[in-house]
Amino acid sequence: MSALILTIALTYAQLALAAALVLACARIMRGPRAQDRVLAMDTLYVNAMLLILVLGMRNGSVFFFEAAAIIAVLGFVTTVSLAKFLLRGEVIE
Amino acid sequence: MSVLFPHPLLSLALTTMWLLLTSPSLGNLILGSIIATIAGQIVSRLHLPRPQIRRFGMLIHLALIVGLDIIRSNIAVTGIILGGPDMADRRSDFVELELRLKDRNALALLAIIVTATPGTAWLEYDPVSSKLLIHVLDLVDADEFRALIQDRYETALMEIFE
Amino acid sequence: MSHLGDLPMWAAVPIAFFLILGSTLALLGSLGLVRMRQFYQRLHAPTLNTSWGTASVILASMLMFSVLDTRPILHELVIGVFVMITTPISLLLLGLAALRRDRVKDSPDLTDLARTRRITGRDPADPAETAPED
Repeated sequence: MSALILTIALTYAQLALAAALVLACARIMRGPRAQDRVLAMDTLYVNAMLLILVLGMRNGSVFFFEAAAIIAVLGFVTTVSLAKFLLRGEVIE
Repeated sequence: MSVLFPHPLLSLALTTMWLLLTSPSLGNLILGSIIATIAGQIVSRLHLPRPQIRRFGMLIHLALIVGLDIIRSNIAVTGIILGGPDMADRRSDFVELELRLKDRNALALLAIIVTATPGTAWLEYDPVSSKLLIHVLDLVDADEFRALIQDRYETALMEIFE
Repeated sequence: MSHLGDLPMWAAVPIAFFLILGSTLALLGSLGLVRMRQFYQRLHAPTLNTSWGTASVILASMLMFSVLDTRPILHELVIGVFVMITTPISLLLLGLAALRRDRVKDSPDLTDLARTRRITGRDPADPAETAPED
C-alpha cells in the first residue's frame, strides 16, 4: 500500500518537474531580453536539481545527492557570473 | 583563540558541513576542523567586517517570523500566479523606503530576508542616502508595506546587530 | 521498487505529501515565469521553487532515507542551506542588472520612481574603498 502511494507521488513529482523544465525552456527561448533568459536558466537549474533528487528517491540511492549538489553549485556560479556580466560587461544592446 | 579562529561561527559551520557530507567519524572530524581553521584564516585576510551578534535569542525569534512569512507569501504568490498576468499588472509596483540600518552584515541579512520571501525583490540600495528600492508583487498599500518592513525586520535586526 | 514497499505507512504519507507539495510549487514557479508580462514580476516567480519547493522535496528525501537506513540522514540539509543562501544573491544581482539596463534603454517597465532614482555616491564604509591594495 505504501509502495502504491509513493509510486503515485514520485510519478506525479517527476511529471510536474519535467513540465517545469519545459516551461523554463520556453522562457529561455522567448526571451525577450538577456535578463529574462538568465532568470529562466536559474530556474531551469533549480528544477533540474529537484528532478535529480526525486530520481534518487525513486531509485533508493543516496548517490544522486552528489549530482544534485554539483548542479546547485554550478547553477549559482553561472547565474552570478552572467548577472555580473549584464551589470558591467555589455551596457547597451 | 581569536588568532587561531578569527571567524568561530564560520569554522563551526564548515566543520558541521564536512561531517554532514561525509560519514561522521573521528578522522573526518579532525580533517574537517583543519579545513575549517584554514578557511577561517583565509577569510580573515579578506578584511571583511565581522558580525557582532548581540542577542542570539532575538536571532532565533527573527528566523521563526521569517519562516512563517515565507509560508504566507508562498500562498499569496501562488494566488497571483493562478490569477493571471492582469492581476499581477494591477497589484505590482516599485516601493522606495529609507532604512535606519547601517551595519553591513545586518543589511546583507535584510537583503536575504527580503529576496528569499516570495513577492518582494530587493533591487537597489544607495548607501549614502540609505534609500532602498524594492519591487513588490502584491502591493495593497505602499505605506503599510514600508511600516511592515521597518517594524517587523529592521527593528529586530537593529536589536541584534547594533 | 522494493525499497518503496519497505517504508511504513506513517512515513509514506508525509513523504508523498511533501513530494507533491514541492513539485507543485516548482511547477507553479515556472508557470509564473512564463505567464507574467514584466521582467520584475517574473523575478518573483522562481522564489517559489527555491523556498518551499526545494524545502519540501528535501524534507521528503531526508525522511525517506532516514527511515530506510534507520538513522538520521541529514546531508540534504547542505543543499537546502546552500540554495537558501545563494538564491537571494543571484536574484539581487540579476534585479540590479535589469534595473541598470532598463534605465539605459528607457524601458516602459520602469515607473518614474525607478527611472529617476540616482545613486549619489560610493559607500565610505565599503572595505573595498579603503583596503590597501596588496
